[in-house]
Amino acid sequence: MTSDLGQTPSQTVGPFFGYALPFAGGPQLVAPSRADAVVLHGVVLDGDGLPVPDALLELWQADADGALVQRAGSRARELGRFTGFGRSAVDVDGHYEFATVLPGAVAPSTTGWALITVFARGLLHHLFTRAYFLDADAALPADPLLDRVDPARRETLIARADGPGSYRFDIRLQGEGETVFLEYADRA
Amino acid sequence: MSTSTGQDHGAVAGPALESQATIDAEVASIHERYAGRRANHPPRDFAPYRSSALRHPTHELVTLFPEEIERTSPAFGHVDVDPYESDLTIQHTGEPLGERMTVTGRVLDGDGRPVRNQLIEIWQANAGGRYIHKRDQHPAPLDPNFTGVGRALTGDDGSYRFTTVKPGPYPWKNHRNAWRPAHIHFSLFGQAFTQRLVTQMYFPGDPLFALDPIYQSITDPRARERLVAAYDHDETVPEFSMGYRWDIVLTGSTATWMEDEHDDE
Ligand SMILES: [Fe+2]
Repeated sequence: MTSDLGQTPSQTVGPFFGYALPFAGGPQLVAPSRADAVVLHGVVLDGDGLPVPDALLELWQADADGALVQRAGSRARELGRFTGFGRSAVDVDGHYEFATVLPGAVAPSTTGWALITVFARGLLHHLFTRAYFLDADAALPADPLLDRVDPARRETLIARADGPGSYRFDIRLQGEGETVFLEYADRA
Repeated sequence: MSTSTGQDHGAVAGPALESQATIDAEVASIHERYAGRRANHPPRDFAPYRSSALRHPTHELVTLFPEEIERTSPAFGHVDVDPYESDLTIQHTGEPLGERMTVTGRVLDGDGRPVRNQLIEIWQANAGGRYIHKRDQHPAPLDPNFTGVGRALTGDDGSYRFTTVKPGPYPWKNHRNAWRPAHIHFSLFGQAFTQRLVTQMYFPGDPLFALDPIYQSITDPRARERLVAAYDHDETVPEFSMGYRWDIVLTGSTATWMEDEHDDE
């Protein structure tokens, strides 16, 4: 039976979101000068391996203790509150950079990860992925999602340390090294 | 110079763009392939929208049950949004040109429960079809009294209301003589991040619907219609503005196909 309450369909964010969605301090979940601040950065690439210059990323994560913060203030960075939410448009080279804290593990995961949502011109429906934060040489942890993903593609979900307090997470929308993207099922 | 003969207005020489008829035929063929199947969201691989070609994943998405992070959503409040931000006609010293309108409705979950105190962001072209964006090349006038950005928090009943002017249609370069139907971009948060939605609201009876590969990327006609606001005379304010009503439903399920009696694959 058709319900009157059908899901409202998605449409692309288009090319002209840049004056509407980014906001002051959006990529800084914490002040970059904070002792425990880390950088999460990378590029968004298309199926030809070229940078996507008109993508927008959102970050949603727990705090360092693995707690999800449920309080207002994400758009009011002057208050200095960590809320776990960040938003960053990429630059002309497809590059983005967040300042955040290493998320603590939230069960059933045994390592901290952040939810990343990708919007772009040309993308009719946003994409979800996860960034698991790992040291440069750390082995993959046991994790319900990582255990299920094709081993050849698992590394696309890993934000690897590429320097002190810095983690690299590139997003490939299509083609070689395509990022693992997620969709969610309802529990019946 | 031509004026209304449908020729390119001041177009510079470039690669030949395909015709509207080519795009229409591609759209019709995809719709035929999906006929009778219920789908809420557009397929990300939708060739008539040319920019999608290199920007859609080719692997199947990995389906999972959401964990706590994905079942929660950031909170927003009055520290984040000023009530005046819902009126796009008072952001400058003068009144913007165009047809003043209000758009109102409710944000609901799939069970009809209101999505309370959540952030709605909108952006749009002005009445002439021009965005305040440096990459918008449409030679229509900017309006010094219109930016085209608004924000609001939903009320306890999930309701929202914006005052703005009706945006104009605008040309783009997907194919030759391509025009977007008038629309307002909407960004919505639900109670779970899985309900996150960015979409576009359209106006009833737009003759450009059939010609627009972005609108037509939604293959199920019942789903397409959910993006069209209703003219609501009760929301029209005497001597002041036109009223439109548009409800938004965030179910959070991103499964591409719902069970359907016609699904024979
Ligand atoms: Fe637009």
